[in-house]
Amino acid sequence: MALSEEVRARLAPQAAEIIGRYPRTRSALLPLLHLVQSEEGYVSQDGIAYCAEQLGLTEADVTGVVSFYTMYKRRPVGEYHVGVCTTSLCAVMGGDAILADLQQHLGVGIDEVTADGKVSVEHVECNAACDYAPVVMVNWEFFDNMTPQSARDLVDGLRSGADVAPTRGAPRLCTWKQAGKILAGFNDGQAAGGHTAGAATLAGLRIAKEQGWRPGEPEVAEK
Amino acid sequence: MTTILTPELSARWDEPDSFSLAGYKRAGGYRALPKALAMQPDQVIQTLKDSALRGRGGAGFPTGVKWGFIPQGDAKPHYLVVNADESEPGACKDIPTLLANPQALIEGMVIASYSIRADRAFIYVRGEVLHAARRLMNAVAEAREAGYLGDNILGSGFSLEIVVHSGAGAYICGEETALLDSLEGFRGQPRLKPPFPASEGLYACPTVVNNVESIASVPYILEYGAAQFARFGTERSKGFGLFSLSGHVTTPGQYEAPLGTTLRELFDLSGGMRAGHRLKFWTPGGSSTPLFTDQHLDVPLDFESVAAAGSMLGTRSLQIFDETTCVVRVVLRWIQFYEHESCGKCTPCREGSYWVVQLLQQLEEGQGSEADLDKLLDICDNITGRAFCALGDSIQAPVASSIKYFRDEYIEHQRQGGCPFDPAASTLFALESAR
Repeated sequence: MALSEEVRARLAPQAAEIIGRYPRTRSALLPLLHLVQSEEGYVSQDGIAYCAEQLGLTEADVTGVVSFYTMYKRRPVGEYHVGVCTTSLCAVMGGDAILADLQQHLGVGIDEVTADGKVSVEHVECNAACDYAPVVMVNWEFFDNMTPQSARDLVDGLRSGADVAPTRGAPRLCTWKQAGKILAGFNDGQAAGGHTAGAATLAGLRIAKEQGWRPGEPEVAEK
Repeated sequence: MTTILTPELSARWDEPDSFSLAGYKRAGGYRALPKALAMQPDQVIQTLKDSALRGRGGAGFPTGVKWGFIPQGDAKPHYLVVNADESEPGACKDIPTLLANPQALIEGMVIASYSIRADRAFIYVRGEVLHAARRLMNAVAEAREAGYLGDNILGSGFSLEIVVHSGAGAYICGEETALLDSLEGFRGQPRLKPPFPASEGLYACPTVVNNVESIASVPYILEYGAAQFARFGTERSKGFGLFSLSGHVTTPGQYEAPLGTTLRELFDLSGGMRAGHRLKFWTPGGSSTPLFTDQHLDVPLDFESVAAAGSMLGTRSLQIFDETTCVVRVVLRWIQFYEHESCGKCTPCREGSYWVVQLLQQLEEGQGSEADLDKLLDICDNITGRAFCALGDSIQAPVASSIKYFRDEYIEHQRQGGCPFDPAASTLFALESAR
């Protein structure tokens, strides 16, 4: 079944804007896939057909791209998709324990969704926040220095509808679908908000300030 | 005390609005751009060459030389593409830069695009960090509003548009030609080189692909001069850069320092290992670089010295592991990462990563034998140099170096019929409960 007329009418100007960003239309495929994922929560066969139609590609061609990238889901995920980093450093620092504990706590396996549709869990690869290990992502926002208990509290809060703010990121979490819209290139007005430079980000700067070190200063060029 | 840290990119990360145009300008931002626009484009390239800035994305290729490779007068569009797909295990410097200082990147991009005569530039940012995409889109909009982007920038006659393009979760797209394929809307698989992107890059047009930190370093060089930048660092590794300390240390985080700084110096400043523990092994430049041990604390962290000591500077991603950590577990997980992220285009990487994981898994579970170590090294030898891109070559780095330094530990797994380590002892929470 194709996307409804109402949905297509709503997506049309957004799809046109995405395609207009690029010198060649096919470059619009990744953001278009983020867009259809933001509509349905995952990339459905209808979503694939829509992207193919927009760009004059075959559905097979689009499917080949979808299957390559882990952020495109082929089945619905939770309103809050939780990714636990289990690449080596985070795994050792506690990511393995957190992931095992979360699955038990929620009673779901990898990429499964809780019965209320709120939360799904997967393991993710290194998310460029090793100085905050172990790291958990929710809808691609950072939750730093997690423990099994703090991760349990986090998902409980998400399921109960509490206001949850990431350690570093927007002032409050958006939903999985809203995240897709941002990834498609439509900002949500939250860029200026949120706390983003945590203690680790500022570790070196803090020491340098105590010492009065700046590269502009001539005496600094001794080394 | 000798000066060790040189915060420039990170100098104002503690200000709440450091990411905004107003915050950036208050701190002297956008002073380099008018200077650059008043120069001839080739003079800008020469300034970068004089600074000897080497690519901060891992490979260390001289940035100015790369810009100089773009053919001129060829009647083709030229493109600048910023690689913001930071995903090397251990690397965590570009994301904080994008969150706290995106305008430095935008200013650097305008200068770079002007010098290579590009009127369209792209930022390929990893999709898994939502707030980085928000901050980048916001930075582009603010810069455009202020006339630093768009038509006829600052009355110079030069025009530029920047598109923020979010990836979709593929490590391989950090490889520049795979990134270009992905940006063109395909599966992100690397291309055969040559042709290099400088001659046939995005849409088969001349393209410069640079790392975030490389481009964000450009305004400083233009503002203070190549000589000022080149005063820092070592003979062949000039300037400063972000060193990212992570793992079993007292104070993990970002430390901006001249190239050639040692881990011991960073430890002296930051408190070193977590209390009561000692350094076992570390990566100087992420998981793709051969391991170092406590013998390497005094190796100057510049391209040449790290190479001479048997590893690579890479992205200065210092992942630190103490004696509670099982090296076999760590290496296995890294190779599982490469197996997962292998794009599948070439056989040595696709099949090799699979078999290396099988062997390492057996070894970690105590089911392996000493002969497996030789088999591992043999497989790695057959991947390295035969894979399509550097991802395949990376597999050998942790495997061979861990066997070199910790052969006994591999064998101990076999002797004990399992892993001799307690995984709980190496966690962050073990550390906290011990306090």
